[in-house]
Amino acid sequence: MYNSVRRERGLKNSIDWKLVICYLLLVLFGFMNIYASIHATTDAPILSFDSRSGKQFVWILTSLVLAAMILFIFNPRLWEVISWPTYLLVILLLIAVIFLGVEVKGSRSWFEFGPIRFQPAEISKIATSMVLATVMSQSGFKLRNTKDFLITAAVIGLPMLIIVAEQETGSALVYLGYVFVLYREGLSGWLLTIIGLVIILFIFTLTGSPYISIIILLGLLSISYRAQNGTLKGWFISDLLVIVFLAFLPKICGLLGWAFFEKLKPMGILLTICGLTLPIYAFRAFRKKDNFLWAIIFAFILGLIVIASTNFVFNNILQDHQKKRIEVLLGLKDDPSGVGYNVHQAKIAIGSGGFFGKGYLNGTQTSFGFVPEQSTDFIFCTVGEEWGFIGCLFVILMYVWMIYRLIYDAERCREAFTRIYGYCVASLIFMHLFVNIGMTVGVMPVIGIPLPFMSYGGSSLWAFTILLFIFIALYKEEKKYF
Amino acid sequence: MEINRHHKLLIGLGVAAAILIIRLFTIQVLNPEYKENAANQSLVYETIYPSRGIIYDRNKKILVGNKVAYDILVTPREVTNFDTLALASVLNVDPEFIRSKMDEYKKNRSRIGYNSVVLLKLIPAETYLQFAEIQYKFRGFRGQARSIREYPINAGGNLLGYVSEVDENFIKNHPGEYKSGDYAGKTGIEAAREVDLKGEKGYHVYLRNSRNQIKSSYNDGALDKEAVPGQDIMTTIDAELQEYGQLLMQNKVGSVVAIEPGTGEILAMVSSPGIDVSMLADIGHHYNEIVTNPYRPMFNRAVQAPYPPGSVFKLVNGLIGLQEKVLVPSQTYPCNMGYSYTSTRKLGCHAHPSPLNLTQAIMMSCNGYFCYVFRSILENKKYGGTPEAFDVWRDYVTSFGFGDKLGSDVPAELGGTIPTSKYYSKIYGKNGWRFNTIISLSIGQGEIGVTPLQIANLCATIANRGYYYIPHIVKSSDGIKIDEKFNERHYTKVDTTEFKKVINGMYLAVNGGPESGGTAVGAAIEGLDLCGKTGTAQNPRGDNNSVFMCFAPKDDPKIAIAVYLENAGFGATWACPIASLMIEKYLTGDIREERKPVEQRMMETNLLQKVKTD
Repeated sequence: MYNSVRRERGLKNSIDWKLVICYLLLVLFGFMNIYASIHATTDAPILSFDSRSGKQFVWILTSLVLAAMILFIFNPRLWEVISWPTYLLVILLLIAVIFLGVEVKGSRSWFEFGPIRFQPAEISKIATSMVLATVMSQSGFKLRNTKDFLITAAVIGLPMLIIVAEQETGSALVYLGYVFVLYREGLSGWLLTIIGLVIILFIFTLTGSPYISIIILLGLLSISYRAQNGTLKGWFISDLLVIVFLAFLPKICGLLGWAFFEKLKPMGILLTICGLTLPIYAFRAFRKKDNFLWAIIFAFILGLIVIASTNFVFNNILQDHQKKRIEVLLGLKDDPSGVGYNVHQAKIAIGSGGFFGKGYLNGTQTSFGFVPEQSTDFIFCTVGEEWGFIGCLFVILMYVWMIYRLIYDAERCREAFTRIYGYCVASLIFMHLFVNIGMTVGVMPVIGIPLPFMSYGGSSLWAFTILLFIFIALYKEEKKYF
Repeated sequence: MEINRHHKLLIGLGVAAAILIIRLFTIQVLNPEYKENAANQSLVYETIYPSRGIIYDRNKKILVGNKVAYDILVTPREVTNFDTLALASVLNVDPEFIRSKMDEYKKNRSRIGYNSVVLLKLIPAETYLQFAEIQYKFRGFRGQARSIREYPINAGGNLLGYVSEVDENFIKNHPGEYKSGDYAGKTGIEAAREVDLKGEKGYHVYLRNSRNQIKSSYNDGALDKEAVPGQDIMTTIDAELQEYGQLLMQNKVGSVVAIEPGTGEILAMVSSPGIDVSMLADIGHHYNEIVTNPYRPMFNRAVQAPYPPGSVFKLVNGLIGLQEKVLVPSQTYPCNMGYSYTSTRKLGCHAHPSPLNLTQAIMMSCNGYFCYVFRSILENKKYGGTPEAFDVWRDYVTSFGFGDKLGSDVPAELGGTIPTSKYYSKIYGKNGWRFNTIISLSIGQGEIGVTPLQIANLCATIANRGYYYIPHIVKSSDGIKIDEKFNERHYTKVDTTEFKKVINGMYLAVNGGPESGGTAVGAAIEGLDLCGKTGTAQNPRGDNNSVFMCFAPKDDPKIAIAVYLENAGFGATWACPIASLMIEKYLTGDIREERKPVEQRMMETNLLQKVKTD
């Protein structure tokens, strides 16, 4: 009985309307804020094509047409079929843009056709997601299989490398989000942890000191060892104290003025302690045949190597411009164009909004041109200033809800293709969300990528619309046969 | 419930969202620093312009200093109705000017946005103070302090150069260094030492409340950056001597260059007519007047004008003859009102005893004698031909710093010309020219061009008995290091022992006594032991140029000077007294009573009309 009812499901029920409404709300809210960010400096009416709000209105209308076409005209089977040709075409475009593109803000990643500019990097996200889904949904595909893993890595890595060559490091960074997809599909959690660990250590060694990096390494490894053995309480009682003591050792030495320790340097003490205890742990691991402990010990040694080589890699292997980019990324040096200034202005704008905001169109920071890129990458500042904490919470919860729905739907799919594609969409939106908002509130370095659905710009809005609605169409297809 | 991977991912999503939300809550709700901004406040950035480096003379006298002037800025979006007439009267401008400016801002309001624009530039401090008293009546208007140039003494206008607002081209050519509204040195020392002088801009950040009142320094000035004043420059110029030289040279066309031989430091450099410092201070208003002046006051004749040196060049030929051993000081040559080089052609000379030796020839500036000298150089058998011998001669001449830039730090220096044998071969054919053809070079005429700076350098070289330091106008001081090359001795190709043989003639030319036949006896100053050489260079455009170079004292030279006056006539008549007065002024600090009439005559004489300007 149930089956027959499900077969009868009309359009109304087979489309995930929650996602669609979420999408529409974000796009509309984005449009309102784009107008808010420009209304003070232009006299053009809201829908005039001379103003950004007017242009965005056109992008929105065309996006809705695109969405409708994807939902109702194209056969959802099409996407899997054209995934490889699209991917190859996009790779060609990505390479071609380096030579034929126009230069915008120091990177060559835009094609220009008359008044229209578009960025192949935006479509490449769609193509990469489709190919990834195609590759990984093949029967017999196993990530732990070396050949399969390499193919997957190549599919993600190729466009990423080309985009780095276009000097759009920010856009390339988003591709790291595919790691979540791989994790869902069976990538070893250890690999994820180690990648995360290496990145954290690299950043801390460059911004802080090697000493602090070693302390963090010790802390992370000891807590995971305790967690594995189920003695997490013990960690808080003993290990934490030792780590806190070690962390403040340089300060203590400085305060007491112990000549002996001054000479030895805290780093020397730390390494001596590690050097003495490591064999003890190794012996224990050997006697108890404790593989996890072995893994911890090797992770520690690996971590030390990463820390020791960080400065070497940074100073000797990376080229000057790469170094500079990382320095700017980590806030070690001020960008000549004043990246630090931008973040400061962004924080003032958001912070000045308070709990309830200043009210729509009442912002001063964002509408008077204090915040740069206010309608594109820094659109969230307008939300923060005019709608306050409440508005920000609303926006973030909308995105979280959307990502949650994507994962929820993906998990309910029978076809691996749809599931994997859904995860790709969720991961990409998540990366954009976290990096973009993180940048405006100062928890991430300044990386110029748009806020999906909300930032001004046709390329980005179209790309995210296509990305999302392909999934909604695929999901609709699934439900038909449920 | 079993924890799947997708649950872990969802937990991660929650954690990430929580990080953002907590961070937002901190910034927006908890942090009072940002909360304070909530009442429609924003930051005002006020640029702090650095004061430009001061330019001193060699005795720490200020040649170029600074004073404060104000720009009046307006933020059109903040302007409310105001009393145009009151504003116009306090700012000393036409009300119509303010109305038209406000209309213009209204037209461009979308481009201007909330930025400030400059309404009036560089108004005097007194005017600004009056405005500041009633500033509260004019919302959106404010003043901004700028430092502008001030010239306490009228010395060295051409050397110092002027400072003016940068234009678009200038900004484009110095990427990242200047913004519209900045000022930069455009000519002279101001331009050459721009990097040292300009300093670094700073800014102050203020909080502004909703009524456009500046409330307080933002964040206790944590983001403020103080301006770094420009580096001071010490020049080698003696301000008094420079000013005195300008007075002597007024209403005459030409230049004076004085050098301290022991260091190569330029004590004074006058190019007349030149630019008064009063014009420098307000170059915008005087610019047309300057460029339309037929005597071209912007043209620094001292380093740019190539003149025939005339008789002072005889010294160079004499020295070369001595070095080449084709001339011995005791050698005498006859001169009967000139040197006949063909049966019908003769290079004329004036009346003087004949025959004469080298010392006498220099003292009386005999043309004939130096024709013989130059001939013996060019017809020296050693070199197998006139062109070869000529090139040897040319090498000697260039070793005195002629024929090419000396490499001084005076901006826009030019090198003059000394012809090559190729040049003559091209005109007359390979063997088509001999000594006779280029006989004018014997006495510093013909195809030869030297700058007054080069003549002064020659004088310093002779004063030093054979070497010179590259003349320069900037001294080393705190923070300013001059190029090592200015501390190196440059020797000529003539042995240092030969120089005393010509100096005697120069001494007698000045100090030989009234009846001696010395050409510069009028320049003599008792006790100062001047040594000099006159020159009277032919000028195809009118009267001869009057040339004189001298140094003093003879045995411990403190100053070497060259004076070059266009179309003034005999060297002895004009150039000679000017040089002599300047030396007296520099060495004794004053002019003796009996020489006051000479001084007065020099200052009052106007020789401008003798110079053709078309």
